[in-house]
Amino acid sequence: MLHLIAEMFTYPFMVRALCMGVLVALCAAVLGVTLVLKRYSMIGDGLSHVGFGALAIATAMNAAPLAVAIPVVIVAAFLLLRLTENSKIKGDAAIALISTGSLAVGVMVVSMTTGMNTDVYNYLFGSILSMSQEDVVLTGVVSAAIMILFVFFYHRIFAVTFDETFARATGLNARLYNMVIALLTALVIVVGMRMMGSLLISSLVVFPAVTSMRTCTTFRSVMIASAIVSAVCLVAGLIISYLYAAPTGASIVLCNIAAFIAFAAVQKGRECLQSDRKSI
Amino acid sequence: MSLISCENLSFAYEGVTVLHGLNFEIEQGNYLCIMGENGAGKSTLMKGLLGLKKPSGGKVTFGEDLRAREIGYLPQQTPVQKDFPASVWEVVLSGCLSGMGLRPFYSKAEKDRAVRNMQALEIMDLKDRCYRDLSGGQQQRVLLARALCATRKVILLDEPVAGLDPLVTINMYKLIERINREMGITVIMVSHDIQAATRYASHILHLGEDRQLFFGTREDYRHSAAYHSFMDGEKAVHIWKKAAVQEEKKRSGGTRAAAAAKTQKEAETESPAPEAVQKGGKA
Repeated sequence: MLHLIAEMFTYPFMVRALCMGVLVALCAAVLGVTLVLKRYSMIGDGLSHVGFGALAIATAMNAAPLAVAIPVVIVAAFLLLRLTENSKIKGDAAIALISTGSLAVGVMVVSMTTGMNTDVYNYLFGSILSMSQEDVVLTGVVSAAIMILFVFFYHRIFAVTFDETFARATGLNARLYNMVIALLTALVIVVGMRMMGSLLISSLVVFPAVTSMRTCTTFRSVMIASAIVSAVCLVAGLIISYLYAAPTGASIVLCNIAAFIAFAAVQKGRECLQSDRKSI
Repeated sequence: MSLISCENLSFAYEGVTVLHGLNFEIEQGNYLCIMGENGAGKSTLMKGLLGLKKPSGGKVTFGEDLRAREIGYLPQQTPVQKDFPASVWEVVLSGCLSGMGLRPFYSKAEKDRAVRNMQALEIMDLKDRCYRDLSGGQQQRVLLARALCATRKVILLDEPVAGLDPLVTINMYKLIERINREMGITVIMVSHDIQAATRYASHILHLGEDRQLFFGTREDYRHSAAYHSFMDGEKAVHIWKKAAVQEEKKRSGGTRAAAAAKTQKEAETESPAPEAVQKGGKA
């Protein structure tokens, strides 16, 4: 088994996938904490569908996929945020509209041009083979930018997440920080989509955050635990996918499910211990 | 100059005026209680004072050494906070953000400030506890400490005792009183609780329907119609009629004094209007 894993990393595409995956997983995990706490979990899902639509159109026009997808998804992210803030269509409905709408557009474009080929399949379910050297560089740059922005705004993002009204009342530009969060989320989604597929990428955002919230009690520890869980699950998923020739995205999500169950069990155990102590 | 003064202030939502004709002043060290039934516009006024909602008319003026963003705010708890994983320390410290400009991290000064405020509110032992595991009263103290971190002069409390049990409520009121007296911080409190308001506050602003029914000191408030409309409908009607009689007297001079006296007599014997009884009952 060990030599199989060693062999796995002799392939350059596997090393690329690993580097890229870990970077994306870290970014998605820390952002996910904020999104989940702000009750924006579904935004990731909505944006990934928009990403699919954009990729389909880019393929049809023979344009560079990411060059088209990144701006489109960023615009969609701002739009979703504005819709959730002030509109007659409420948050979850707005997300559902945009998400299914762009999926439909994507499917339409695909069927009228190339038809259901491997490229399209990869957009939906992800593939580690589809990533080029340029993709890795781009991912690296985007992830670094996300991390730096996140660290720089960390305390403000906490304040806006915990209590937006208070933050605004004491002069924090909550709208700006919401925009920053939306921008970073859009970037993570587009970059991660190549590997995880547009149907599964939002799991990278939601799972690690929810998992680490089972046992951690401070914002900082939730962030750190979330990042670690995310990275570990990604590596484990990648290895499983290599060993059993399983789809990468799905393997990673299954690892995340396992982590969630483990953390939930620990939480349950702790609660039982506490109530036992109380009853004594 | 007053710390905060409001002149002929009014607010509207989508063109519909919900509050108008507000005139009041808050001096340094005051303890103002904003009273009124649900829908009387208390929250709107509060948002206006915090600069979260623009007035549709009139203006709010802040004293020379107070900026609009220097009001510490204790909001009502949101559902998001109920299961929020954050330590007490993280929450209190986030109150210091407003004075930091563009600096990304907390300095020693901010940390010291958070510690001082936590000590003042006796929650230093909760520092590393998780916010969601605390009792309602402890959570309010934490949010109060955060509000104190955001200000040196004024705190605005939105129903600070909502959902607390009686003993904790009393402690909370005592704590607020201490913040007002000992720390010299001006308190503006939105409340339903008329007992507490008339006991602790120095000034009362009573809102009703869409306007200001009363503004003045606590002592004056006890003799006002607005107070009695809350406490006791019968007396309110009496005061209103008495005021009406005096008005009448002023207008008509001596000639109709006899008629006016008769009206007054009627006022004293007449039973209260059903509307007033209803109001009294609610309070």
